[in-house]
Amino acid sequence: MRYAQPNTEGAKVNYQSRYDNFIGGEFVKPARGEYFQNITPVTGRPFCEVARSTHEDVERALDAAHGAKGRWGKTAPAERARILNKIADVMEQNIELLAVSESWDNGKPVRETLAADLPLAIDHFRYFAGCLRAEEGSLAELDEHTVAYHLKEPLGVVAQIIPWNFPLLMAAWKLAPALAAGNCVVLKPAEQTPATILLWAQLVGNLLPPGVLNIVNGFGIEAGKPLAQSSRIAKVAFTGETTTGRLIMQYASDNLIPVTLELGGKSPNIFFADVLDKDDDFRQKALEGFAMFALNQGEVCTCPSRALIDRKIYGAFLDMAVTRTRQTSPGNPLDTDTRLGAQASNDQLEKILSYIDIGKKEGAKLLAGGERVRLGGDLDGGYYVAPTIFEGHNKMRIFQEEIFGPVVSVTGFEGFDQAIEIANDSLYGLGAGVWTRDMHQAFRAGRALEAGRVWTNCYHLYPAHAAFGGYKKSGIGRETHRMMLDHYQQTKNLLVSYDPKPMGFF
Amino acid sequence: MSPPPVAATPAALEWVRRLSARHGPLMFHQSGGCCDGSSPMCYPLGEFRVGPRDVLLGEIEGSPYYIDADQFERWKHTRLTLDVVPGRGAGFSLEAPEGVRFLIRSDLCEIP
Repeated sequence: MRYAQPNTEGAKVNYQSRYDNFIGGEFVKPARGEYFQNITPVTGRPFCEVARSTHEDVERALDAAHGAKGRWGKTAPAERARILNKIADVMEQNIELLAVSESWDNGKPVRETLAADLPLAIDHFRYFAGCLRAEEGSLAELDEHTVAYHLKEPLGVVAQIIPWNFPLLMAAWKLAPALAAGNCVVLKPAEQTPATILLWAQLVGNLLPPGVLNIVNGFGIEAGKPLAQSSRIAKVAFTGETTTGRLIMQYASDNLIPVTLELGGKSPNIFFADVLDKDDDFRQKALEGFAMFALNQGEVCTCPSRALIDRKIYGAFLDMAVTRTRQTSPGNPLDTDTRLGAQASNDQLEKILSYIDIGKKEGAKLLAGGERVRLGGDLDGGYYVAPTIFEGHNKMRIFQEEIFGPVVSVTGFEGFDQAIEIANDSLYGLGAGVWTRDMHQAFRAGRALEAGRVWTNCYHLYPAHAAFGGYKKSGIGRETHRMMLDHYQQTKNLLVSYDPKPMGFF
Repeated sequence: MSPPPVAATPAALEWVRRLSARHGPLMFHQSGGCCDGSSPMCYPLGEFRVGPRDVLLGEIEGSPYYIDADQFERWKHTRLTLDVVPGRGAGFSLEAPEGVRFLIRSDLCEIP
C-alpha cells in the first residue's frame, strides 16, 4: 500500500505550518521570532517551518529544566517507570502517524519505520522503565560497624544532540535512559529532521512534568553550540562526526563535565568461505547480510560499508551479491513495498556523489549503481541514489571513510589473519559483521575485531539490552543497554559508622 | 611543482569571504565519521582548539585548513577542493544557517 503524502486527502499526518520549541511543558515561540524551512527529501520541497532558536531559547529551556530537576530526580522509580511505559503506549497507539512522519521528514522507507524505527523506539522506553525498576545501589560491610552505601543519583540537567539518520529512534536511545535515571533534558534535534520529534512531543510531552523534557530546535552553530557550551548542563550526549565530537569534548572540558559520543565507523562485514558450503537458508541470510549496506539508504553509523570476502569464494559470492543488490532500486518512501528511500538531504546526496567520484578516480571498479536516480513526477526533486557496489582495496578512501550512502566497497582476503588485519585497518571501530558456519571461527573473529559490536551471522539488529558503542575514534559510552543508566547517574557513597565508641585517634 | 593539498572553487571562495565578513577570521577542520563526517567544518578562528596531532593542510583565503594526523595518513594521496552546495548540514559549521554546506571534492595527487 501507499500512504498518502502528509497534508493531502486521507493522510495519516497533517503538519502545522509552523512548529515552536517545547519548553516547560508547552510550545513556546523562539525568542527572536525566526523560523527555518523544513524540507522533505522525498520531494525536495519544504513542508513546515521550525523554530530557529538561539542562546536565549537555550537559556529558557535550561531554566525550565533546572526548575523541574529537584522534583523529577526524587520522583519514585515506580512513577518514573510508569510514565515511560505510558509514553511507549501512546507511541504505539500512534505508530502509523509517527512512522509516516519519520519517512516524510527523513526520506527513509515507511516499511522500515513501521518495522524498525518505531517498534525499537517504543521498546526502548519500556526497556529503560524495566531497568529502572530493577536498578539497585549496593552496600559493602567494611567491618563490623562500618557500612558503605552506594546510591545512584541523577546528574541533573543534561544536553542531548540528536542526529538526522534515525531522528526519533536516536532521540529515544538518549531520552529513555536519561529520563529513567531522573534527569531533566534539553534536547536539540537535527536541523534536517526535527518534525517527528515535535509531533511526538505533542503526543507525549505532557505525560512528563513540565520542564523534564525540553526541545530546542535550530542550527548547530546557533542553538547546539550554546547548549553544549553551557555551564548549566551536567553532561552532553552527541551522535555525529569526529570534528564536532572533538569540539563538544572541548566545550565539556571547559566545564569539566562528562560526554558520551557516538561518532560513526566504517564497519567491515566479513564473509568466510563456508557461507557458500550449502545452498540453503544460511547462504541467503549471508547474502541478505551483504545487501544490508543499503538499509536506511546507508545512513547508518554501522553501515556494513566494507565487505571482505574470502578469496576462495570471492567471484561466486560477489556475483550472487551483485545480482541481489540489483534487485533493489529506490522508490517512493511512502510505499510499503519500497526498500530504499531518499537520502536525508541535498548536501548528503552531493557528498555521496562526491565519494562515488573519488572511488572511480582511485580506480575502484563500479559493479552496480553509481548514480543519482530520478524518480520522475512528484518525486523528481527527491534525493535518490542507486545501491552502489565498488570493488577495490582497503587503502582507497571509499574503504576508509563512512560515505553514509547506499555504497559498499568490496575486497577479498586470504585466510583468517588477513581478514582481521584488513577489518581492523580503520580509524573507527563501531560495528562489524562476521558470517561463517564455524562457530569457533566466529568467536575468534569476534574477539579479534576492534569494534564495539560484532554482529555474528546477523547484521543491523538494534535490540535494547545489547550494548552499542565504539572502539577507537568511534566514540565513548555504550547505549541501548542498562549500562547507559550509569552514564546518566552519579554514585553517592554514604560511609556510615554504627560504632558508638570514639576512634581514639585524637 | 605539485598543486596545494587544499584548494577551493570560486563559489566556495565567495562563501568564505562572505562568512569572514560576518564572523571575522575563519578556520576549517576536516571531519570524519558518520552523519556529516567527511565534511569540512568551518569555525571562527580559534573556536576549535587544534591539537598537536592536527596537520595544517593549507589555507583558503587565509583561513587555515586542518585535518587529524591519522586521517591525513589515509587521505594524503588525494588533493582536496573545497566546494559548496545547497543544503543544511549538521554540526556547528558556520555556513549551515545560510542554506549552503561546504563539501570536499577530491582528486588523486600525481605520483612524482
